[in-house]
Amino acid sequence: MLSETIELRGHIIDSLILPKVLDEIITHGGSFKITEIKIGENRADQSFARIEVRGPSAAALDDLILRLRQHGAEVVEKKSVQLAAAPADGVFPQEFYTTTNQQTFVRLDDGEIEVQPALMDCAIVVDRTARKATATKFCGVKKGMEIVVGHKGIRVIPQQRSISRKDAFEFMAGNVSIEKPKSVVIREIAREFKRAREEKGKILVVAGPAVVHTGAAEHLEKLIEQGYVNLLFTGNGLAVHDIENALYGTSLGVQLEEGEVAEKGRENYMRAINVIRGAGGIRAAVASGLLTSGIMYTCVKHGVDFVLAGSIRDDGPLPDVITDALNAQEAMQAKIGGVTIALMMGTMLHSIAVANLLPATVKMLCVDINPGVVAKLADRGTFQAVGLVTDLEPFLRELAGCIESDR
Amino acid sequence: MRKLLLCAPDHYGIEYEINPWMSRARGADTPVVQAQWRGLHAKLLSLGCEIDLIPPQPKLPDMVFTANAGLTVGRRFIPSNFRHKERAGEAPFFAEWMEQRGYEVVWLPPDQFFEGEGDALFAGDALFCGYKFRSDVSAHRTVGEILNCLVISVELVDPRFYHLDTCFCPLTDGGAVWFPAAFDEYGQRTIRDHVPNLIEVVEDEAAHFSCNAVVLEREIVLPEGAPKLVKSLGERGFNCHPLPMTEFLKAGGACKCLTMFMPQRETAA
Repeated sequence: MLSETIELRGHIIDSLILPKVLDEIITHGGSFKITEIKIGENRADQSFARIEVRGPSAAALDDLILRLRQHGAEVVEKKSVQLAAAPADGVFPQEFYTTTNQQTFVRLDDGEIEVQPALMDCAIVVDRTARKATATKFCGVKKGMEIVVGHKGIRVIPQQRSISRKDAFEFMAGNVSIEKPKSVVIREIAREFKRAREEKGKILVVAGPAVVHTGAAEHLEKLIEQGYVNLLFTGNGLAVHDIENALYGTSLGVQLEEGEVAEKGRENYMRAINVIRGAGGIRAAVASGLLTSGIMYTCVKHGVDFVLAGSIRDDGPLPDVITDALNAQEAMQAKIGGVTIALMMGTMLHSIAVANLLPATVKMLCVDINPGVVAKLADRGTFQAVGLVTDLEPFLRELAGCIESDR
Repeated sequence: MRKLLLCAPDHYGIEYEINPWMSRARGADTPVVQAQWRGLHAKLLSLGCEIDLIPPQPKLPDMVFTANAGLTVGRRFIPSNFRHKERAGEAPFFAEWMEQRGYEVVWLPPDQFFEGEGDALFAGDALFCGYKFRSDVSAHRTVGEILNCLVISVELVDPRFYHLDTCFCPLTDGGAVWFPAAFDEYGQRTIRDHVPNLIEVVEDEAAHFSCNAVVLEREIVLPEGAPKLVKSLGERGFNCHPLPMTEFLKAGGACKCLTMFMPQRETAA
């Protein structure tokens, strides 16, 4: 939304000018934020209000400002952003502005441009001719690109709590405790999943191999089958353990049904990798009938897109794994459009990496048995993060159960 | 004894059209103009007013409407910044005249339109100011700063009632006469909140400019054509003096428009 800042001075309270101006903004399709207000104390004292007015389009905003001027509103002149050229490929100019994951606008000449995407820890590259502002990571910058420096002409719209509806994400915001009434929270989360699906929002799952170790794979598969997972970001570990389980009934050599270490169990793990490498990848293994169950199989069968990002401890890895960290970031970035909920389970580094890519509008749910991991993820300055300290199996079992029973 | 400023209608006529009442096709009848103005002058004298006369100027036909000269409080005079260029030429004459009589002349910034007592009337302890058609809210603010008083700005919405003094007339008992439909809903609410004992004027009588009245303690000089209002005011203990004002109505003015108080109040607070 485009915005202008106006100032009102005078006896704006006694004359009802302030309420009139605010009413007029709303009735003409705009919205406002009072950024400063001073009320006169004595009868003759004048009052002051600075108001940020947002309009649905440039024309609507102009029309609205024209109306507000009649009531004495003065428009605060805005300053354009300051730009400096990148001194070399992959290097930002000194004093570059660092982005947040919140909706951001930059003022260029007489208009505002929204920075796309809402991505944190980037610089803003401005293309004056195309009138585009792009959040760009180090690797995307080329020498001479014009980059925003300082804080002038930048407007960040903080993610606000809804006042009309309270959901688990807002209610629990940022609060991590092992004493939370988990069933209540999980029921709320199930409702959020349903709401996201009804509103055509995408649900992203970021998961570590613990999902398989704890025996929770079947519950995640259920969620995938029922259409509650639209995107899976994971690594070599989860995929290999899941496939090992599908092929041999073990995870890292442990029989998941009985909990006993299988004879030559470790070999199962390595064999699973070899089978998929031989098939040419997970999708090929499913197509040829080699892989017939498990999380990865269910994803392929239900058309759920996945990105496997590599790490230095990977065995194999599977041919589907992207081993270049920057390429993996890009691959994930390319797919997160439309995501409204991110469920992060049993992986700290992978979850942090994904959280860094998400705009502040995405609701994040972090589940881990380690309170430190949950706290680290939930405390990301967003209003919409819920942390749950719990084992993954009971969590996923209850979530899948809630979704099924509510159907 | 109230001191008033009037201007003889020697150059008065409908020479341009800057409000819905004016039509050059419907000119003023000069002998009747003179008779009606003399009638007002005589009535105000008879009610004990001291009247100063500013010399009329050629090519400034509306100078007769002295209420728009400016606003006088104590010995301070805030001249008007007329919105229409047709009337802008009046301002220096009024300012010079007031200055020569020892008033401190305080000009508003030139980009803030303000049409004097026509849009600024004290009621209770506040100065009520009309805006949109002629005066600006920004000017009200500056007037409030100069006079250090509470200024209530009200929006005028009916172009027939383009000045506050055409639809709002404070009374000396703290109440006021008004035509509510001339104001937007916020203005109506504000006036109802701040002014007790309001007397509403019906549309037909408002169209005769019956709110455009000169209030002198219990005596009220107003245009003819408002029998209901005269009755209501009589019941409140006021003596009404209706006068024929037909020739001035052709320019969108009547008794109050032809008069400026010197001063309207001794102090603003």
